[in-house]
Amino acid sequence: MEAIERIYREEFGRVVASLTRRFGDLDVAEDAAGEALLVALERWPADGVPANPGGWLTTTATRRAIDRIRRESHRDAKHQAALMLHDETPHEPTGVVEDDRLRLIFTCCHPALAPEARVALTLRLLGGLTVAEIAAAFLVPETTMAQRITRAKKKIAGAHIPYRVPDEQDLPARLDAVLAVVFLVFNEGYLATSGDAPMRDDLTSEAIRLARILRALLPDVPEATGLLALLLLTDARRTARFAPGAGGELITLAEQDRSRWDRAEIREGHDLVRECLALGRPGRYQLLAAVNAVHTDAADVRDTDWSQVAALYTQLAAIDPNPIVALNRAVAIAELDGPGVALALVDDLPLEGYHAWHATRADLLRRLGRSGDARAAYDRAIGLSANPGEVAYLTRRRDQLGG
Amino acid sequence: MSQYFLAVNHDPADEARMAEMTPAQMQEVFAAVDAFNTEVKEQGAWVFAGGLQPLEMSTVVDNTGAQPVITDGPYAESKEYLGGFWIIEASDLDAALVWAQKGSKACAGKVEVRPFQDEPEA
Repeated sequence: MEAIERIYREEFGRVVASLTRRFGDLDVAEDAAGEALLVALERWPADGVPANPGGWLTTTATRRAIDRIRRESHRDAKHQAALMLHDETPHEPTGVVEDDRLRLIFTCCHPALAPEARVALTLRLLGGLTVAEIAAAFLVPETTMAQRITRAKKKIAGAHIPYRVPDEQDLPARLDAVLAVVFLVFNEGYLATSGDAPMRDDLTSEAIRLARILRALLPDVPEATGLLALLLLTDARRTARFAPGAGGELITLAEQDRSRWDRAEIREGHDLVRECLALGRPGRYQLLAAVNAVHTDAADVRDTDWSQVAALYTQLAAIDPNPIVALNRAVAIAELDGPGVALALVDDLPLEGYHAWHATRADLLRRLGRSGDARAAYDRAIGLSANPGEVAYLTRRRDQLGG
Repeated sequence: MSQYFLAVNHDPADEARMAEMTPAQMQEVFAAVDAFNTEVKEQGAWVFAGGLQPLEMSTVVDNTGAQPVITDGPYAESKEYLGGFWIIEASDLDAALVWAQKGSKACAGKVEVRPFQDEPEA
């Protein structure tokens, strides 16, 4: 039973994408994929798993969809026709096999949809998560999540959001939206901002799976490779990031037990970083991945090449000038030039509402021996942090301050 | 093909901004909108377009009761109101969004894109 569920989840996006292409209707595709699972759960335990389970699921789902359309076409053919997704691009042989999932993810992450709807649709239609699972992951009632997804699908049909890979001129911007959705899913799993658990493995592993699909579909896009590398190198430190047990405290990079890092993920991440940077078109995810490659390259925190980290953040700031990048650069500067120099950089940043700004200031002030100021900064960081493990860590550091 | 309504809405901030424009700046906007209209027509996407007179020119007619009632002023008290619009033909939302981007630049204002209901097939 568990094996069937796993195969189904692996194949779900492909089945939905293929049926959407054929029938031009997301609801038909989604429902038929669901029905195919029921058939599989009935047949496979008795007959065995077919040699090509993905092909079997697609064929079964296609038959179900045709049955449904025949039934409904008697009733309201016009209504069905109106809901068909538009794809007026001529079907040209392109030489490469274009995976329908690529069309599907661009439709799900269309900028005309609300960001939270993009995330939900991607997890539902491409990831094969149930509405209940997505609702649980984002801690909203199931009915709210169901409405969000239904509304987004209605807009796709009603506004004629196309089911295709964008034109070359739109591709970079649209791809950013897709990568941002995957990164957002990962980050919500990696530093959960809601709920009691500091991490949600379901979301991080799903984000890595989506990033793998994107990289496979877009091998020439260095940012797709960069994103996968970034997620792997971040995820590799997962088990060392929180103290064991419920309410486990956050363990900072410097204090982590590096023998607990996942070597296989680190190896793969390093290979991917080298591969994408060799293409000579650096971008946000590639540079963040490179920073993480530097960290995971050091067997001990004292071996960290901080000048390399600072240089990468300088490069990142040039293409993505935002104060959070500057904050991270300042952390590296603290190791190179001391906490006083770093504090001056940090104090200039307009990040008063950001917990990490206060946490960074608190740490720098502590190192400068300014306990009173550090205590106030820890208090602000604790007040703004929504992650229980981080709150526990910051509280301990605050309480360890000398008078 | 589908039809899309490209609406240019104004609010008090827009009004203040427009009031401060010099005649030369206004000429620039008119010329840009003219050029955009020409492009929409040449590409075969044109259905209709127009700029509307100020909100004070509005009259509301209500003939849902026993007697028609005619009142001065706009339908709803709202800070935002429709200032002008285009109706275009486009193959899908992406094509409509490309027109909206050009239109927004030309008229120096935000453009709201709304699909028309599909006509029932005959």
